[in-house]
Amino acid sequence: MSVIVLIPLAAVLVNATSQGLGGFWSSVTGGVALTALAVTLGASLVVAAIGAMMGTLVAWVLVRDSFPGRRLVNALIDLPFALPTIVAGLTLIALYGPRSPVGVHLVYTRAAVLVALMFVTLPFVVRSVQPVLIELDREVEEAAASLGASNATTFRRVVLPALRPAILSGAALAFARSVGEFGSLVLLAGKVQIASIVIYADIESDATQSAASLSVVLLAVSLIVLFLLRRWGASGAR
Amino acid sequence: MRVSRRAELSLRAVALLYLAVLLLLPLGVVFARTFEHGFGTAWGWITTPAAISAFWLTVTIAAIAVPLNTIFGIGCALVLVRGKGRGRRLLDTLIDLPFVVSPVIVGLALVLVYGETGWFGNWFLRHGIRIIYAPTGMVLATLFVSLPFVVREVAPVLMEVGDEQEQAAATLGASAWQTFWRVTLPAIRWGVAYGVVLTTARALGEIGAVAVVSSNVAGSTLTLPLLVYQRDSQIGPQAITSAYAAGTELAVMSLIVLLAMTVLAPKGAKTR
Repeated sequence: MSVIVLIPLAAVLVNATSQGLGGFWSSVTGGVALTALAVTLGASLVVAAIGAMMGTLVAWVLVRDSFPGRRLVNALIDLPFALPTIVAGLTLIALYGPRSPVGVHLVYTRAAVLVALMFVTLPFVVRSVQPVLIELDREVEEAAASLGASNATTFRRVVLPALRPAILSGAALAFARSVGEFGSLVLLAGKVQIASIVIYADIESDATQSAASLSVVLLAVSLIVLFLLRRWGASGAR
Repeated sequence: MRVSRRAELSLRAVALLYLAVLLLLPLGVVFARTFEHGFGTAWGWITTPAAISAFWLTVTIAAIAVPLNTIFGIGCALVLVRGKGRGRRLLDTLIDLPFVVSPVIVGLALVLVYGETGWFGNWFLRHGIRIIYAPTGMVLATLFVSLPFVVREVAPVLMEVGDEQEQAAATLGASAWQTFWRVTLPAIRWGVAYGVVLTTARALGEIGAVAVVSSNVAGSTLTLPLLVYQRDSQIGPQAITSAYAAGTELAVMSLIVLLAMTVLAPKGAKTR
């Protein structure tokens, strides 16, 4: 574990500061790096928010609704986990690229980045909300309804609080995944500056130190998300 | 909560439409594009020497990484659930690290340690072992990114089944090894199987980490995802068709994995 995971990550940290903290700072606040960080974190936040909403909706339909083909749809949710990310990128180019059959040209824009990230992170919220929704005690909802609460109130006051830890942890995973995503974006990001692609380009052009610096910032973001997840997980289990 | 028929239908419509636009439509278009010049052309593109070599490299890397991570994952889950030592909480958190670290950073980290100018790379090179820009490094990268899957599937199952049966076996005179093979492993087998499927899916499709440590030479260090990337970056209509062909090949492989996931998941869920 430490040979494959910890020592290499330590090497990134050492390399980033190899030219002093000043060197690290100037690499991170350089034009390209700063734009890339802003674009990546911004896009990830948007994707996590949309994912939280749509994921909860999809989970609700899969658990509470019944219609022919529900099992098939349920299996489809895992598709983005099974499908190699480069193929995900390719599919989006086929659909929204220069020869788009639906006449929508998104490739090489920020919108394409958002769609790609929504695709690869779709299962996170659905899969974390689904089990909680199955376990949820429906008698409490009925009690709320019999006391005169409208559907909207019941959902807001009874269902949502129970789902919140699951939605949050799913969204956090989606966020972390988006921040580091490479495979699905490399074909269709074009000139949009995405942190992982900037790092890749830096490595290819032997600018190791600036690649390492940007990596350290991303690592810090992932570690924060990881610890937040731990805390939410702990409070959810209680 | 009783939802009116109209609300139910509209929720269902929104959910299905979202999934169709996001998942099915793009996949359908790729299949259509792949076969627009006929099945023979597509078949030709995935049977070029470079494509065949990429296919076997992808399968070989997965065949090495998946068993190693399975053994590590089961061992690690046993330590996490049954162990008593200190540092268990730390290990529990660190295990998830590969899930949240960008694959490109994984590649960079491996280059910094095992690359030519890296910490240990020189030592390995002097002993005639090339790690970075060689399949060995690609295996290491795949090991890293697919590390947590088996642990995360097996640990909850282990927790659920408890250790009473294991203790009973030990009381009846079974050795630790016998207890593991006869009692523990059968109890966790669905969790292991699901973890293996997830690991396989990730190992087959990994590109970010592998791209950094590969020398990207067709025929020797190009995996299928890298081949798709390389072909798509080339110019001309043929390049696109060939990229789609290799992409479809990968998609078919992953659909088989998805099928395995669907078959195994309900059983895994029951034991949880």
